[in-house]
Amino acid sequence: MTTSRGALKVTDLKVHFGGKRSLFSKKASVVHAVDGVSFQIPKGKTLGIVGESGSGKSTTALAIMRLVEITSGSVSLGDTAISELEGDALRSARRKFQVIFQDPYSSLNPRLRAGAIVREPLDLMNIGTPQERKNRVDELFSQVGLRPEQQALFPHQFSGGQRQRLGFARALSTMPDLIICDEPVSALDVAIQAQILNLMTRLQQELGLTYLFISHDLGVVQHVCDEVAVMYLGQIVEQADRVNLFSNPQHPYTQALLAAVPTIRNGVAGRGRNRKSKALITGDPPSPINPPDGCRFAGRCPKFQSICRRVTPQMIVLDENHQVACHLLNG
Amino acid sequence: MSNLDTPTPNSSPPSTTDQGEVDSTKTLSPMKEMAFMFLRNYEAMFGLILLLGIAAFTFLGPLLYPTDPFEMVWAPFTYPGEEGFLFGTDYLGRDLLAEMIAGGRVSIAIGLSAAAISVVIGVFVGALAGYYGGIVEEALMRFTEFFQVLPTLLFSMVIVALFGASLWTVTFAIGIVSWPAVARVTRSEFLRIRELEYVTAARSSSARDGYLIFRVILPNALPPIIVQANLMVGSAILFEAALSFLGLSDPNVMSWGQIIGSNRTYILDAGFAVAIPGFAIFLTVLSISLIGDGLNDALNPKLRQRG
Repeated sequence: MTTSRGALKVTDLKVHFGGKRSLFSKKASVVHAVDGVSFQIPKGKTLGIVGESGSGKSTTALAIMRLVEITSGSVSLGDTAISELEGDALRSARRKFQVIFQDPYSSLNPRLRAGAIVREPLDLMNIGTPQERKNRVDELFSQVGLRPEQQALFPHQFSGGQRQRLGFARALSTMPDLIICDEPVSALDVAIQAQILNLMTRLQQELGLTYLFISHDLGVVQHVCDEVAVMYLGQIVEQADRVNLFSNPQHPYTQALLAAVPTIRNGVAGRGRNRKSKALITGDPPSPINPPDGCRFAGRCPKFQSICRRVTPQMIVLDENHQVACHLLNG
Repeated sequence: MSNLDTPTPNSSPPSTTDQGEVDSTKTLSPMKEMAFMFLRNYEAMFGLILLLGIAAFTFLGPLLYPTDPFEMVWAPFTYPGEEGFLFGTDYLGRDLLAEMIAGGRVSIAIGLSAAAISVVIGVFVGALAGYYGGIVEEALMRFTEFFQVLPTLLFSMVIVALFGASLWTVTFAIGIVSWPAVARVTRSEFLRIRELEYVTAARSSSARDGYLIFRVILPNALPPIIVQANLMVGSAILFEAALSFLGLSDPNVMSWGQIIGSNRTYILDAGFAVAIPGFAIFLTVLSISLIGDGLNDALNPKLRQRG
C-alpha cells in the first residue's frame, strides 16, 4: 500500500487515561483504552472498525481527530502528520479530517439554525468569503438531499435521518479527505439507515472521500466497508478485506462475533437448531485497567491454550489482505 | 405547540420518513417558542402584570404625585385616608405615598443591579470552572465555597460598614454575597453540556475556548441561569430591606426597607407605616417569583413539548 494523498496511516496508536496515583494505593491505575493500534486506509476506501462496547473503537476515532490526547504512536493523513501538529497548525489542518457522530439529537446545537450549523466549520476555520460560504452551504444542502429553504429551520424540526444528513453536510463543508463516522447510523431505524449509508457511498464515489467507519453492527459494516478491523480491548485482533473477514474469519473472537449476528432462520446462534456449529462466548471483557498478560481474549476464548496466557500474540500476515493476532495460526 | 402554528397552505400530515417534508413555515426559534409558552402561563402573566403595575407606580408616580418624600407635610402618624393622605404619614410626618413611590424605585433598582452583579460574577466563575475542570475547577469552586459559607447578612453588613453606607456599596455588597448560587448552577450546566456531541463537533472544527464557552455552551446553559437570576432580583430586594431595617443603608436615599426600618419602633402605634412597605415588598417579590416559575416552565423543554 502506498501512501497517497488522503490516505490515513495509523501506527502503534496508544491512548491511556488516568495514571494519577490515588491517595490510598501505590499502583497507578491506567486505563489502556487503545493499546497499540495500527492500520492504513487507502484514499477513497472505507475501513470499518468493529468491536463490542469498551473495545476502544470510539477512543481510536477521537484520538485520530485529536480530541483526546495521544499517549504514543503516530497518525498521518496524506503528507500531514496529524499526531505531531499543535496549536494553529492543528487548527488549520482540521479541515482535512472531520467527524460524524452517533447521536443525531445531541450532535447539533439546538440554538442554531440548520444553515448556521453547516456553515459553522467554515466560519470557524475562516474558509472563503461570506458569499462563498453561503453558496457552499446551498451546495451542501442539495448534496445531502435537503432543500435549501430548510436552512432556516432549527434542529428539533428535523427527523433523525435528516439530522444525520445535516451532520454529514457539516462534516463535508470544509472539503475533508477523511471522514470519521462514529456509529453514524446506529441511532436510526433500519429503513433510514439504508438511506444514510447509500448517501455516504454515493458521496464517497463523487468526492473521493476516505472513511473510517466505526460500528458494532456487522450488517452495516458488511454493506459499506472495503476492509474491516476487529478490535478487542484496545487492540486489533484481526483485519481483513470484507469478503475474507466475513467468509473466512480466523480469530476465535471474530468467529464468535459473526456467530452472534442474528439470522432470520435461526435467531441468535445457540438458540437455533444448529447451535453445535456456532462458537458462542460468555462473560465480559477484562478490565482495560491493567489488562492481563498474553492474549487479552484468552479468558473467554473457547480454543485457548497454555501459551495464550503467557505470550502476547503478534500480528500474523496470512496474505496481503488478511492479518490475525492469534497463536492458533502459528502452527 | 401545535395550536400556535400558523396555518400552512400545504396541509399534508407531517411524515415521519426521512424524505418526509418538514413544514417549512414552522420556523419558530426555540426562544420564540419559549416566549409563547410563557405568555400562555396565567400565573406568570399575573406576575408580569403585577410587576409592570409596581414599576408604573414607582417610575410614573413622581410625575403624578410630585411630593418630596423627605419633606414633613403633616403631623406624624396620620392614618391612611385621613387628611387627604392615601397612605398616611410616618413618624416624622412625611407623606408615606411619596415615600413609597421614591422607595420603590430604589428597591427595584438595587434588586436589578445587585442581581446583575451576582449573575456576571457567577456566570464567569461557573463557566470557567465547568468548562476547564481539573485544577481550575477545584480552585474556583473552593473560592466559591469560601463565599458561600460566610453568613450572607453578616458578610454584607461588614462590607457596608467598611465602605460606608451608600447606594453603590449596598448594591455591591448584595451582589458579592449572592453570586455563589449562580456560579454553581452555571458550573453544573457547563459540566453537562461540554460533553455533548455538538460541542465536540465545534471543537473538531477548530473552535477556540472562548467560542466554545460563550457562543456554544453558554447560550444552551442559559435557561436555569435566567431563572436563577430572576429569583435573585427578589432576594436582593429582600436583602436590601434587611440591611435598611438594620439601619445599614444610605440614609439619604429612600427605600422600602428604609421605611420599615425607620418606623419599626412605632409598629404598635402606627402599624400601617411598616405594613404598607412590607406589603409592597411582598407583592414585588411574589410577582418576580411567579415570573421566575413561568420562565422555568417555559425554558424546560419537556414541559414545552407537552404544551
